[in-house]
Amino acid sequence: MDIIRPGTQIDFMKYRKAAFALSAALIIISIAALFVRGLNYGTDFTGGTEIQVAFSKTVKTDEVRSAIDPIGLAGAAIQSIGEDRDNEFLIRTPAEGDTGGEAAQQIEGALKSTFGEETVDIRRVDVVGAAVSQDLKQKGFLSLFYAGIGLLIYIWWRFKISYSVAAILALTHDVIITVGMFSITGREISLPVIAAFLTVIGYSLNDTIIIFDRIRENIKKATGPFDYPSLLDSSISQTLSRTLITSSTTLFVVLALFLFGGSVINNFAFAIMVGLIVGTYSSIFIASPILLLFSRTKK
Amino acid sequence: MDSFKLKGLLILAVLIVGTLFAAPSFFGSKEVPEGWIGPKEKIRLGLDLQGGIHLVLRVVTDKAVESRLNSVASDLKSQMINERIHYSSVSAESPEILQVVLRVPDDYAKLGKLITDSYPYLREANRSTAGGTMTVNYQISADEASTIRTQAVEQALETVRNRIDQFGVSEPSIIPQGNDRIVLQLPGVTDPERAKALLKNTAILEFKLVDEERSVQDALRGDTPSGSYVAYMKDGNQPILLKQRAVMTGDLLDDARVRIQSTYNQPYVEISFSRQGGRIFERVTSENVGKRLAILLDGKVYSAPVIREAIAGGRAIIEGNFTDEEASDLAIILRAGSLPAPVDILEERTVGPSLGQDSIYQGFLSMIIGGLVVVAFMIVYYKFSGLIADLALIANIVLILGALAVLGATLTLPGLGGIVLTIGMAVDANVLVYERIKEELRLGRTAKMAVEAGYKNALPAILDANITTLIAAIVLFQFGTGPVQGFAVTLSIGIVASLFTALVLCRWIQEWLVNYQKIERISI
Repeated sequence: MDIIRPGTQIDFMKYRKAAFALSAALIIISIAALFVRGLNYGTDFTGGTEIQVAFSKTVKTDEVRSAIDPIGLAGAAIQSIGEDRDNEFLIRTPAEGDTGGEAAQQIEGALKSTFGEETVDIRRVDVVGAAVSQDLKQKGFLSLFYAGIGLLIYIWWRFKISYSVAAILALTHDVIITVGMFSITGREISLPVIAAFLTVIGYSLNDTIIIFDRIRENIKKATGPFDYPSLLDSSISQTLSRTLITSSTTLFVVLALFLFGGSVINNFAFAIMVGLIVGTYSSIFIASPILLLFSRTKK
Repeated sequence: MDSFKLKGLLILAVLIVGTLFAAPSFFGSKEVPEGWIGPKEKIRLGLDLQGGIHLVLRVVTDKAVESRLNSVASDLKSQMINERIHYSSVSAESPEILQVVLRVPDDYAKLGKLITDSYPYLREANRSTAGGTMTVNYQISADEASTIRTQAVEQALETVRNRIDQFGVSEPSIIPQGNDRIVLQLPGVTDPERAKALLKNTAILEFKLVDEERSVQDALRGDTPSGSYVAYMKDGNQPILLKQRAVMTGDLLDDARVRIQSTYNQPYVEISFSRQGGRIFERVTSENVGKRLAILLDGKVYSAPVIREAIAGGRAIIEGNFTDEEASDLAIILRAGSLPAPVDILEERTVGPSLGQDSIYQGFLSMIIGGLVVVAFMIVYYKFSGLIADLALIANIVLILGALAVLGATLTLPGLGGIVLTIGMAVDANVLVYERIKEELRLGRTAKMAVEAGYKNALPAILDANITTLIAAIVLFQFGTGPVQGFAVTLSIGIVASLFTALVLCRWIQEWLVNYQKIERISI
């Protein structure tokens, strides 16, 4: 069985202008969203208190709000998570440190006295102090940076500098769009989400490298002068069924994680899913055309 | 035996060892049955999967330096009296500065000599004269201050360990982080308030005489007699006037136990002193019969009973309307020793057992669903070769679980996510090889040549692709914390395991098929 009929050659390079335009648009939208809407940083990075609570009876967001309003916590945000029938909520307040511990206790007390001791299940409490959240934020973003540097060096060593730069540009493209999607959907950026971004980096590179490896091999095989764009096209075409198959099997499992993995890991799965789709697209339509640009400027 | 068979045996050995190590974890919370000859170590579950508390404490080391200066101050006072140096006050001005105010500036030379002789780590920072008094500031040397800080953190770590051990947490993890932080993982503990109370009490026990000659009312109005101060009772917050000097402290404590007072069924804590402590306690009580002796913990007065007679035998009791839990925690704290400095709680994460259970269930559910889809896809697309890849996939998961158990790594929820992701990506190596084999077959190569060329040609791409993911995973491990590190660990192990299953195991099976079974057509 074959997804792509053997010998098929698709003229990917013909679409490079359209692809660049599409990517430019996506990047502009993402960056605009980052400026306008910003990112919804979770408690890991803002500091504060986050409580995940489930009720064994039907409770509405407003009821939760009116239960904890009397405590007078400034800026408490209540969000329903999971399915409606789960009656599960996230309560976040900026209160942190020792007062955060107290805030968590007060909220628990207020919920139990309003809805009854037995109906309230405090599933998770996170209290993160300012010192720690600053640390986590710095480390989180530094890790993205260091991973980028490490990969740049590795590909440079294995291939050539132009391949390395093309791969890193494609990867930056993937990360910007994935982060942009978090800004647009307002999904929360937590530590596991940063981990997901790093995975996206690793994965997106995977695809790109497989194609670059084939390009390198085809250049070696070529006897005499060759047409660079059509060599790129055939390299992408030859690896296309692998690209599609691996992307789909990975997508299957991430989709399973997204649908059935539960609230805690939902954003993590979302990040990988978006990154996977964007990464597959960019390894075909962005990374290789950038190589072509480099080869032209060299001449 | 030829090298091919030997290779097969080695592969089999790896798989058997992996299975043996992975097997205990499949019993979940149940005991491994009697008679199981393999290893019994199960995979450690992270706090996010089994429930528990993660705490980051900061030891306020400034306070340790300051309290050293305070004790220097009190020693210095008596030395200055002996040396006839006329001072009006000695105190720690800031965490690292000791301030001495001299009533007679001419005593400065004598003070300087005293300091150099007795406290060589104090350096004069500056001095000033005003209104007939001289103020001299001494700065503690950087070396001495940093030694005190290091010792404070070490001692705090020790005390925290003692307290947690006595509290009875199974498999706690208590590790220092950075200069002044302590990270605690307490699996199975779900009451953060109690855990925090247990850790935050510095537990400095002091015995002080009640100042009964003067009235606490006057003192509250601002007329505090010298040598005394106003403290507050733990219950009810009534003020009580105490002598500043502690007649005894908790250093000489030997043991602390919960006792139940029979008439009211009220728990209290009985403490016993060391031999030396018992003698001091006897002397103090015999000298002060008829007076009230206050028992303070962390500055709060727990009780202030009247001393009826000299107390021999080195025992005392602490009462304070405790609940059973409070009394037992107090006894633990007293036994475990005091903290050299207060601690702040920087981070606190509690996961209840219900969420942990749900997360395990949901994690495995998505693993199975995702896994089944991939398995089915591979069989449909690559037929018999797909089946081989599926076998490799199962071997891969078993090896990951076995490796986690052997390494004592912790499986977290993102870690489970990492395994799920590995399932999707593990077949990538197979796909790359199979696509190459197909290409070779199309060129009219024999099955044997196609298999050989397929594995050979796909190798560089497979290595490069996996090494880049590994680089990302290693960076993640370096910078991540807790659950995220768990993800980095499973992802890395998954990469290595999938390289083994795809490039060694599958290759062996296919070479065996074409070389030994003389299969001429590959089902792919």
